[in-house]
Amino acid sequence: MDLNLKFLPLTGLSVWIGLLVLPFVGFRQAALIAAAILFGGLLWSAAIRISRSARRSPRIRMLLDETERFIRTLVARRPAARHPVFLFGIVTGLLIIGPLGMNNYMIDVLTLAGIYIVLALGLNIVVGMAGLLDLGYISFYAIGAYSYALLSTRLGISFWAALPLGGLAAAAFGVVLGVITLRLRGDYLAIVTLGFIQIVHLVLNNWDRVTNGPNGILNIGRPAIGPFVFSQPIHFYYLILAIVSLTILAVNRLSRSRIGRAWIAIREDEVAAQAMGVDTTRLKILAFALGAFWAGIAGVFFAGKFAFVSPESFTFFESVIVLSMVVLGGMGSIPGVVLGALIVVILPEVLREFAGYRMLVFGAALVLMMVFRPQGLIGNPRWRIELRPPGEDLKTQGRSSVNGGADV
Amino acid sequence: MSPALLKLEGVQTCYGPIEALKGISLEVKEGEIVALIGANGAGKSTALMTISGVLAPRRGRIDFLGENITGLPAHEIVGRGISQVPEGRRIFPRLTVLENLEMGAFLRRDRRVIEADRAAVFEQFPILKERSSQLGGTLSGGEQQMLAIGRAMMARPRLLLLDEPSLGLAPIVVSRIFEIIRTINRFGKTILLVEQNARAALTLAHRGYVMETGRIVMADEARALLSNPRVREAYLGEG
Repeated sequence: MDLNLKFLPLTGLSVWIGLLVLPFVGFRQAALIAAAILFGGLLWSAAIRISRSARRSPRIRMLLDETERFIRTLVARRPAARHPVFLFGIVTGLLIIGPLGMNNYMIDVLTLAGIYIVLALGLNIVVGMAGLLDLGYISFYAIGAYSYALLSTRLGISFWAALPLGGLAAAAFGVVLGVITLRLRGDYLAIVTLGFIQIVHLVLNNWDRVTNGPNGILNIGRPAIGPFVFSQPIHFYYLILAIVSLTILAVNRLSRSRIGRAWIAIREDEVAAQAMGVDTTRLKILAFALGAFWAGIAGVFFAGKFAFVSPESFTFFESVIVLSMVVLGGMGSIPGVVLGALIVVILPEVLREFAGYRMLVFGAALVLMMVFRPQGLIGNPRWRIELRPPGEDLKTQGRSSVNGGADV
Repeated sequence: MSPALLKLEGVQTCYGPIEALKGISLEVKEGEIVALIGANGAGKSTALMTISGVLAPRRGRIDFLGENITGLPAHEIVGRGISQVPEGRRIFPRLTVLENLEMGAFLRRDRRVIEADRAAVFEQFPILKERSSQLGGTLSGGEQQMLAIGRAMMARPRLLLLDEPSLGLAPIVVSRIFEIIRTINRFGKTILLVEQNARAALTLAHRGYVMETGRIVMADEARALLSNPRVREAYLGEG
């Protein structure tokens, strides 16, 4: 009985994937795939169980402890502070030197990943930290990109001047959206933000005199430093690397600040946050504005890199992709979100061999992730607790009455 | 008699067309425990939320420390020295006990005094010190109530508003919590307490107000209310 229940999700999953691929590969292969998933899952859970019981046995326990102690002494021999710096140095070195040996296609994929990292980190402020489900986030990316496109083609303003301006323009629209949605939460907020991106998309498509409609804006100026003009993929790679580093620094600082703490309090319980003296109105608008700012920056970079913008690039689907990066990586966790963005951009490229199936495989990977690791790849420890089934490790007393209406 | 710390005059609060407070007047003096009792739906919580600025009154006036605070936003009212233990405790479940307490001092910048206050809270609630690195949501109901009170104390309030502190707690835990409230008051905190548990609240309080459908229908010394036949019949299940 216990066994049946335990493997029910796995069985369901394999049947579901089997049915999913059925129209493409025919019955026999579909059955084979389903069986393979079921078998793989069983094998995996058996492996986990064996390793767990092994850890319980005293001899193996001792062996593990010894190993751990050995590793600890190895690590402890270095000065404590030098260790992360050392690691940081290696990663930085790889990021700077690595792409020199890559072809342009790979560099472009990495650059694209960089854009999405900035986007995902910005959305993480709104969704991960402040807990406001924003489905229209890409509209701020569009506003950043069109800001630069217009500033460059109409006024001849340089990329470097447009970078902060595009960010500020997006932040201003973030404030607008924040003010409109102040009283909304959860599903309702999601729907209004969904409406917002549709409006932005429609305006870009139809306001021909300014946005040139579906044809988009061409010949946007490329970034330049003096006589040096950014033209090769590698130039843009280094530029986005700098922007990503700046974003990570800023977002990390923000998450540790009083503002970050207040956002977490709002996400946890808005009424309680208010009772603590948190100005929830101002902070929610601030979350929208700061999230939008980074989307605007990413947008300006996008316009500068491709020298062309059109409404097609800024659809609701893009919003969903960025949201899935945040969720996949781990809401509220900065390294998680970076990893999530890298995976969502790079995985479909790696899967190109599978041609028509690659998005299917990618979708299945997402589903598997959410089933087996709902807190994300590098989850924020706080989220992990909520996602556990109620009653497990966590007494939920006193929580039940929390969402009830107030005594009038 | 000391002057009134908090004074409500003809306060009317509405939810849309529904009049939840039909013009109430009450006073809380420095050092007192005042109980606001009444049945479910009488408007007790609405009164507290109006004082703490979560709801804005339509008419009437609220004075605190001799200044008009009517219609100020909630965070400014906390800054002026009124802090609230909300109904249902509402601790932050995924912040640690320590972080919950820190959130209580959100508006304060006097780091050193905050640390002293935290030590004082831990002294009063040793269990919270023991669990300081545990997540708030893992505490039991009674412990969460202690945390909610400790968190509100971290704001160094002049006036503490307690909304149904006995809600959903076992009788033995309730008497523990009321003992704590009494101790806090002995240390000089002024307290306005909203309770459905009229007997416990009136036993603890100095004075009491009885609310019925948005109005205050009785106001007296707590002891007098306890022996009032109408109160006994309606709220103490006697008579």
